[in-house]
Amino acid sequence: MENAGRAPQVLTAHAAGLVGCVQCGRVHRPDVMYCDRCGAVVTPPDPSSLQRVWAWLLAGLIVYIPANVFPMLRTSILGQTTDSTIYGGVVDLVHHGSYGIAAIVFVASIIIPCAKFVAIIFLALTVQRRVRISTHARHKLYEVVEFIGRWSMIDVFVVAILSSLVQLDFAASINPGIAAVSFALSVAFTMISAESFDSRLIWNADGEDYNNG
Amino acid sequence: MNVDSAAQLPDLDALIACPSCDALYLERDIAPGETATCARCHATLEAPRNTAMTRIIMLALAAIILMGAAIFFPFLELEVAGRFHRASLLDTVRAFSSGLTAPLTIAMAALVVILPLTRFGAIIYTLAPMAFGHHPWPHADSAFRMAEALRSWAMAEVFIVGVAVALVKVAGLAHLGIGPAFWAFVGLVIVTVLKDNFMSRLTIWKTLDARRKS
Repeated sequence: MENAGRAPQVLTAHAAGLVGCVQCGRVHRPDVMYCDRCGAVVTPPDPSSLQRVWAWLLAGLIVYIPANVFPMLRTSILGQTTDSTIYGGVVDLVHHGSYGIAAIVFVASIIIPCAKFVAIIFLALTVQRRVRISTHARHKLYEVVEFIGRWSMIDVFVVAILSSLVQLDFAASINPGIAAVSFALSVAFTMISAESFDSRLIWNADGEDYNNG
Repeated sequence: MNVDSAAQLPDLDALIACPSCDALYLERDIAPGETATCARCHATLEAPRNTAMTRIIMLALAAIILMGAAIFFPFLELEVAGRFHRASLLDTVRAFSSGLTAPLTIAMAALVVILPLTRFGAIIYTLAPMAFGHHPWPHADSAFRMAEALRSWAMAEVFIVGVAVALVKVAGLAHLGIGPAFWAFVGLVIVTVLKDNFMSRLTIWKTLDARRKS
């Protein structure tokens, strides 16, 4: 136990000259294309796959801008129509005193998307530059990003439910705004970005690959 | 059991690589009830459970029935000054169908209804023949691969939290009625979470592979 307090040294399939299937765990010789257990495409951990992560992330960032600029909800009460953006909706909720809901919406549609962008950029950069920081922390961060991504869709669902429910003709009606589309796209793109990130690279980046470390 | 050096590599069939960090292990039989986790990244490798397959199939069937109930029963109802408005689950899916937001309708239908149903169907297709002691059906591996790929895109649980937020938002302004479809959907979410907890991906792949060859 000379390495107490550090991750145990582990031989990876890659370091042993083999390839592991990320779907079912089966180990193959490096020249195999498809896994013979589950049929998935077998690829070694490849740093150039980060390009896909960057591309989807950039797409997600770009569509996140109109999602914040254009109205998410269009509320008409007695003939008066008001448009509200994501941020505007949170401010309205605070003015009405619904702090709890304001907090949920604020976290789900502003904090989580921004934190996710930052987290993916951080992971991709540190893996690309082979920065040596705690792999365990980065692995945890990756798991959180992967888990939390879909929950940003809450806001789109809230808009859908409100606009199908509050349809009382002249008295009060709520309709969705165009920002809902770009927000949904942004969530989907960042989800794909996180899914294209190969978590095996986090461990390779730290040089924990058998011969050094 | 860890593999220590490249020199003593055994036959490939006796090895397993952690899907999330690529660490190599010697495959050994894991008794039902035990859980094998990766020593490095703590991901669950294998977790065989007694009668897990039957339980997963039953839960997936229950989820399909609950989805049917959620679609056909009344979902939510709003009352302001004697005026009623009812919305079914399909109405909320169709909420975006007018104007420029129309493409979102397809996304909504997929995320809330179609993808969860596809997943349950694919899981039943993969496991049902095996639970009753036979060989898997053809293309069971494609079906299960699809079920796993759709895992994060079937957003029933996210939807139900969205409903909760929306309800609290309008609760102060109007009188709200919650229909049986709402509770059916809540049940669906609970059943889905239970089912996903029972499922161990590597165990299912191993069983599928073994049964196909036998």
